[in-house]
Amino acid sequence: MKRATMRVTADRDICVGAGMCVLTAPEVFDQDDDGLVTVLVSEPDDDAAPAALEAGTLCPSGAVRIIE
Amino acid sequence: MTETVTTPQPEPPAFPSDRTCPYRLPDQYNRLRDEGGSLHRVTLYDGRQAWLVTGYETARALLADPRMSSDRRNADFPATSPRTDGLRDGEPAFIGLDPPEHGVRRRMAIQGFTVRRIKEMRSDIERIVHRFLDEMIASGPPADLVSQFALPVPSMVICQLLGVPYADHDFFQDASRRLIQSEDAAGTRAARKELESYLDGLIVSAQREPRQGLLGTMVAEQLTQGRARREELVSTALLLLVAGHETTASMTSLSVITLLEHPDQHAALRADPSLLPGAVEELLRYLAIADLAGGRFATDDIEIDGHLIRAGEAVIVTNSVANRDSSVFEDPDAFDVRRAARHHLSFGYGVHQCLGQNLARLELEIILAALFDRLPTLRLAVPVERLTLRPGTTIQGVNELPVTW
Repeated sequence: MKRATMRVTADRDICVGAGMCVLTAPEVFDQDDDGLVTVLVSEPDDDAAPAALEAGTLCPSGAVRIIE
Repeated sequence: MTETVTTPQPEPPAFPSDRTCPYRLPDQYNRLRDEGGSLHRVTLYDGRQAWLVTGYETARALLADPRMSSDRRNADFPATSPRTDGLRDGEPAFIGLDPPEHGVRRRMAIQGFTVRRIKEMRSDIERIVHRFLDEMIASGPPADLVSQFALPVPSMVICQLLGVPYADHDFFQDASRRLIQSEDAAGTRAARKELESYLDGLIVSAQREPRQGLLGTMVAEQLTQGRARREELVSTALLLLVAGHETTASMTSLSVITLLEHPDQHAALRADPSLLPGAVEELLRYLAIADLAGGRFATDDIEIDGHLIRAGEAVIVTNSVANRDSSVFEDPDAFDVRRAARHHLSFGYGVHQCLGQNLARLELEIILAALFDRLPTLRLAVPVERLTLRPGTTIQGVNELPVTW
């Protein structure tokens, strides 16, 4: 089931590659070969949403944004 | 630097303070925390005053604020001990630079520390952990956990990641220790120069002959391509080598002490290994071994929490205290392996958040599981009160940890 209200974005220009998003929500985020964030699922379902939200809180650079 | 004192006031308390217990805050930090408020005035060793940030949300806000500089070449960057001045001159590593220069340098190294890359190291780390456990068990009991296990394990791991020959460990472990523990700037500067010269030699040889590991990759992708200067690579390699083993070594020793001193928590963890990743986060929160890494200065006036931080003033975010902010962590002085603590600030926050944090997490998980599986009766060979703790001016830890089993 999709939660149309949550949208995930990631700004690769300000990402510092700490990996908190991948550690916290591996179904939603990945790091490319350079270590910068990529979004795997831009509209996470209810199961993945809480982890995506936490990843947004933990991201140290502000690259990960969660729009609800 | 100029400071205008408008009303005569007693001099603010000295900072930093020494811990008297490996896992408790110094009394002085508790007093500041208990005063309330998230910012306090303190006096550094050189007489300069600084803002000490003790509140969690304020700490996060300031660490993420682009008006806070980490540039240690600038005289406004605060010195927390004479050692700081031994790190000011020379080529700074990215930890001591601001954006955009910081990001350019950090990005050269990120690829070596991605979550995926670190996961791929699991079997290598396990092999290294068991190798040193085998040796320690064969020669004891008793044993010195630091020199026989806690230091060599992360040392060999970071060597493998970087492509630095572990055979040189006597040299670089000794120089690293002097770099972070010398009592004066000259000792730190000398240790730094020795390490720089050593790493420069490895980089020059990697220019002639391809080299395994992140160092070789950075030479091939950055130096040879004209994207970076040799000095930049040396400073990055120095940071990764020293931070890569000193921090995990300290966390290992203090984690063992903390678990042994909290037998109920230790038993809970032994009974349910699925608690281990969370227990590692709680140990990171609780021990906050790098609680001076949040030194900054303001490049502009910043109004926060009813205070005005003026341009040029020193700010030190003490994650050891911020990690024990009761508005964020319930009963913060309790060690609780079941606590959800990943939002601790022990790896910092903002663009400088620790690059090696996921390596540290994996190392600590493997180290603690293997150590207590192999040595379920492990215990301290001296009372915890008799251990000599490092002073508050450097990475927290012990230089020796007598254990038996």
